[in-house]
Amino acid sequence: MTGYLFHTDEDRRQMLAAIGADSIDEIIDAQVPADVRLDRPLRIADGLDEMSLEAMMRQLAAKNASAASHLCFLGGGAYDHFIPAAVDEIASRGEYYTSYTPYQAEVSQGNLQVMFEYETLVTQLTGLGVSNASLYDGGSAMVEAVLMAFAAGGKRHKVVTSDAVHPEYRQTLDTYLESISAEAVVVSSDAAGSSADSATSAGVIEQIDDSTACVVIQHPNFFGRLEDVEAIAEAAHRAGALLIQIFDPVSLGLLKRPGDLGVDIAVAEGQCLGNPLNFGGPYLGIMACREVLIRRLPGRIAGQTTDRRGNRCWVLTLQTREQHIRRDKATSNICSNQTLLALRATVHLSLLGPQGLRETAEHCVRKAAYARDRLATNPRLRIAHPGPVFKEFVVRDIEGDVAELMQSGLDQGILAGVPLGPWYPELDDCFLVAVTEKRTREEIDRLTAAFAASLAAV
Amino acid sequence: MRNTQATQLIFELSRPGRRATVLPPLDLPVPAASELLPAEQCATEPPQIPELAEGDVVRHFVNLSTLNMSVDTHFYPLGSCTMKYNPKRNERLASLPGFAAIHPLQSAESIPGLLQVLYELQEMLAEISGLPGVSLQPAAGAHGELTALMVAAAYFRDRDEPRRVVLTADSAHGTNPASAAMVGYQTRTVKSRSDGLVDIEDLKAKLDGNVAVFMLTNPYTLGLFDSQIREITSLVHQAGGLIYLDGANMNAILGIARPGDFGADLMHYNPHKTFSGPHGGGGPGAGPICVRDFLAPYLPQPIVVREGDEYRLQTGSPTSIGRVRSFFGNVGVLVRAYLYIRTYGGPGLKRVSEDAVLGANYLLSRVKHILDVPHGDRCMHEFVASAAKLKKRQGLSAMDLAKRILDFGFHAPTVYFPLVVDEAVMVEPTETESKETLDAFAEALFRITDEAADLAHNAPHTTRISRPDDVTASRRPVVRWVPEKGDH
Repeated sequence: MTGYLFHTDEDRRQMLAAIGADSIDEIIDAQVPADVRLDRPLRIADGLDEMSLEAMMRQLAAKNASAASHLCFLGGGAYDHFIPAAVDEIASRGEYYTSYTPYQAEVSQGNLQVMFEYETLVTQLTGLGVSNASLYDGGSAMVEAVLMAFAAGGKRHKVVTSDAVHPEYRQTLDTYLESISAEAVVVSSDAAGSSADSATSAGVIEQIDDSTACVVIQHPNFFGRLEDVEAIAEAAHRAGALLIQIFDPVSLGLLKRPGDLGVDIAVAEGQCLGNPLNFGGPYLGIMACREVLIRRLPGRIAGQTTDRRGNRCWVLTLQTREQHIRRDKATSNICSNQTLLALRATVHLSLLGPQGLRETAEHCVRKAAYARDRLATNPRLRIAHPGPVFKEFVVRDIEGDVAELMQSGLDQGILAGVPLGPWYPELDDCFLVAVTEKRTREEIDRLTAAFAASLAAV
Repeated sequence: MRNTQATQLIFELSRPGRRATVLPPLDLPVPAASELLPAEQCATEPPQIPELAEGDVVRHFVNLSTLNMSVDTHFYPLGSCTMKYNPKRNERLASLPGFAAIHPLQSAESIPGLLQVLYELQEMLAEISGLPGVSLQPAAGAHGELTALMVAAAYFRDRDEPRRVVLTADSAHGTNPASAAMVGYQTRTVKSRSDGLVDIEDLKAKLDGNVAVFMLTNPYTLGLFDSQIREITSLVHQAGGLIYLDGANMNAILGIARPGDFGADLMHYNPHKTFSGPHGGGGPGAGPICVRDFLAPYLPQPIVVREGDEYRLQTGSPTSIGRVRSFFGNVGVLVRAYLYIRTYGGPGLKRVSEDAVLGANYLLSRVKHILDVPHGDRCMHEFVASAAKLKKRQGLSAMDLAKRILDFGFHAPTVYFPLVVDEAVMVEPTETESKETLDAFAEALFRITDEAADLAHNAPHTTRISRPDDVTASRRPVVRWVPEKGDH
């Protein structure tokens, strides 16, 4: 039989004899009533040996386009950044990926120290005092931050946000808010781009009042544009609300830190820090906050202490916030963290260092600018927003046939962009193009040529 | 032999000017970033993260890894966590770029191979559970619980039934009441009888038209299958409520009993447990849910559907609760679950559960004369012993046992859970351990109970650290590294 079982017939015979049972069925029948036992085999094909399994999966994998087989200009919250070999090597150690939550600190110091290093790196990046050991993904980290702000905000029941925040994050928030009496006010950000500034700030500031628990802003925003976070922070704090920023970790190679902008809770998708695209998960929810909010922080936290011999060591701490102790009064129902992805991010940041992170950000900004300049030469295309962007930007197709452009890209081996129509009906003629440090000048020229070819075909 | 590079922090290893990553030359006819971005948006300093050479980084993290126990290196009988062998072929195949390098916003037409895998996984999870509606979106077991409760809430909203209460068992995992609270439900606890089964009289007393969902685990947390399950589920159904099954213990009943057949209406799986997706030091997991057909319209979207030979992502249903996270789900974990199920096949999965039950009962039979097992001498895939008598007689608590067993090269069982057993020691050996390993573990327990209790009080003795001070850690939290004076 295929699989990973150990027992020989002789083992089973000896084990049953020790138990004092004639068969495994006898043990099960004594507990599981006959009328709930499944009286037929599961309708799942017979097992596959390793060679057959591998052959089947290689065939299925070959049917998919991916950032490995195609040139990838897709962004929108997940990016084709470079992953150094050392990240994969370290994360593929069984001591990491086949271990579990550090319930026994003495035999989990590796994971606990990684968590502590990860938390420290996040505080260094964000300029905020405390980080948890990670959450599911960027979207759920944003939702958890909002729930945290509601808990801190007493009777305040409003969250103000902008349509330049990731649409799937906002959809996730809507799902959670359905269960509690809270409202989200979504300000239009002038996504269509009639003004040169990024422009959520004025509209957002207008909506902040004394019923506002928090403001959620994404910077750089979903369209790659920069927000005036400091002005929003000031307005939020004046009204007694908290400011939550969704940030791009790579952007902090160049941009000011959330903590320095006046942000209270910073959250991010950490996929860009050494984690594979994987069609959306598992990803890494990064969350940091000001120290005063530490006891409201959801998720696990590793902290430093000493053992009985006086050695410095690490443990899971502040567990009285958590569900296994507080049950229905816990800060969140979350009982795990993404240790393996946090490990990858920690190794990745250690390899990048300050200069590497800064240069990565520099590559993103300049390559995005170059791509924008090149695409603007195509008479069929317009750059939707003239202002500065970090690593992605919105392109309008004046023919209004984004699907055709994307298909022609695919035909030429290019994942050319993310159509915006499904989330923004008014941007049905627009798509988002992301350019990471991995894209070369030659590859950007290929994208430009691909669109030029489709122009010729019109 | 010991090497300080593991226990120093990366921040302490940092030296100005050291670096590992060098980017390719940047030759573009565009200005520098400092001219492209407004000065007021830019930091004046590079980020304050450590500076290390690649060799530093690798030696540090490789040495750190050796301070962990793991399934690859040790027997890990952590009850309720199903720490089974993590197949290496699954790691290789899930990492094929044709899966791992797919961007989440690619069109469905560009990824037919992946959608086929996900569709077939939905079908297999439905078959194993006996519940036809499947969402692969939730990111973890607790997230699956939360999502399922949102589905239940949407169902009752649609029916104009303002039910406000979720019942949980007193032996339930803490996430059950925490998830219910997040969906705005009041929670009430149903008692267990002294033999651990649900107290039917207490359930009846708490059941009324205000109860939306009874959340239960079966086999329940004591490792036993609740023989009253039919009665429980029909009582709840008669009162108009729904049954939620916490699928934490599915490893006991694959191909043996199906939640849908014994009355569950909604459930989650923990593929990182039951289907061997590695636990990753605490995550990632995934928490796919299965529901009855009348609840399927409320599931989060997208869901993979098949039309002829084509697969597509279905979205836009007006009754769906919406999204519970960004993007599709924890696909990397789900692909591993698919590989696991395909490796065993239907008959093989049943054998998995049978061997899990066999191993747990065998270990129980070996240790029951030294460790009290209050709920009988048979179990499903795990058992809960109590160290209460040992503690009284010899001063050996569950914590002492857990700490001392580490010295014998075994990970500790789960201790002090479930809360309904005094000095609980919860042992789940899984089907991927040999009889010899189970024997060696039992013999280590015998030795511990024969030794002077002091040895256990001060254990572990063989690990780099021992008995960290949790109280100070919590009272004066140090949750980030801060340079000492004199450090750069």
